[in-house]
Amino acid sequence: MDINATIIGQTIAFAVFVWFCMKFVWPPIIKAIEERQKKIADGLSAGERAQKDLEKAQEDIAEQLKEAKQQAAEIIEQAKKRGAKIVEDETQRGHEEREKIVASGHEEVEAERHRAREELRKQVAVLAVTGAQKIIEREIDENAHRDIVEKLVAEL
Amino acid sequence: MVSGEQTPTQYIKHHLQNWTVGEGFWAVNVDTIFWSVLLGVLFLWSFRRVAKKSSAGVPGKWQCFVEMVVEFVDNSVKESFHGKDKLIAPLALTIFVWIFLMNLMDLIPVDWLPTAAMYTGYWLGFVNDPHDVYFKVVPTTDLNTTFALSLSVFALIIIYSIKYKGIKGFAKEMTFTPFNHWALVPVNFVLESITLLAKPASLALRLFGNLYAGELIFILIAMMGLFQLPAHFIWAAFHIIVITLQAFIFMMLTIVYLSMASSEH
Repeated sequence: MDINATIIGQTIAFAVFVWFCMKFVWPPIIKAIEERQKKIADGLSAGERAQKDLEKAQEDIAEQLKEAKQQAAEIIEQAKKRGAKIVEDETQRGHEEREKIVASGHEEVEAERHRAREELRKQVAVLAVTGAQKIIEREIDENAHRDIVEKLVAEL
Repeated sequence: MVSGEQTPTQYIKHHLQNWTVGEGFWAVNVDTIFWSVLLGVLFLWSFRRVAKKSSAGVPGKWQCFVEMVVEFVDNSVKESFHGKDKLIAPLALTIFVWIFLMNLMDLIPVDWLPTAAMYTGYWLGFVNDPHDVYFKVVPTTDLNTTFALSLSVFALIIIYSIKYKGIKGFAKEMTFTPFNHWALVPVNFVLESITLLAKPASLALRLFGNLYAGELIFILIAMMGLFQLPAHFIWAAFHIIVITLQAFIFMMLTIVYLSMASSEH
């Protein structure tokens, strides 16, 4: 229990141990630790960044999907409208065409009838005049009675 | 266990006696030197193995443990010591691990190694009576060890004081604090000297006292007969705290003292 030369030996041993630790033990270990800490920190921040990117991408995707759906719905709506319009237009046009055709048929028929009547009238007039001429030839002057004949023709 | 014809007093005395070679001051406690150097080398060798292979990659189990210890010490140093110093952190690590290992020898049942040494010495023919072999296995229960450590720290305190404050600054601190008046210089000097000298003394005596007392209780327990088994277990379990705590306190106070020495008030 007495203090003796052991204290000198212990001091020297302690000094040597500290020196060795300072020279060969501490620096490599602390360097490795710090490097690994940096690596881990980098890795964590990279992971966080990736996570954020992923979230953003997912948000984008959702947004785009929504837009696409909306657009698709719009397109379908438009197509439907257009289809309905086309059908309506075509129906309309068909109707009109039919009316037109029918109208022109009527007109033609009318014109034909008119022409035929005109023709008929003319022939009847001629016939009437000729008949009348033949009847009246003997007693009536054609020129003196023309207005009566024409009046007759117009009444036909 | 009390072996042979020893009385309890003889038994205790025998256990507290160092294996000493030489006379007077120049005597050397061989057991203290042997165990402390062995444990110091064990510490440095095992840590050096990690240091040689250390890389920022995935660490092995032992590397993990070593790095945990190193980081713990590094954090303690960083918390208390502001500024850059290449010595303090390795110093703190050496103090912590070395003292811890030396304290840990306390947990080996008190009779094992001394008895083994006794009969080895007897068979090898160094002594005629096995009881002439003294073998104390806990270096920190030797005042030489604790004072060697604390006086080294004391020397560092003075070196750091002078390095960071200059001789004038150090002298001024010794004479003009805590009372900043020229008439009180002698009072200040006495107070500051006591403060300064109390540091190594308290460091050494705290460690020594704790471990010596613990050792003594282990020895007393060893004389209890059969009941020593549970008693030893309980005291050993409690002593684990003391062992670690004393190593930690020594390290922490070293850091704090050096931090105080290197910073202006």
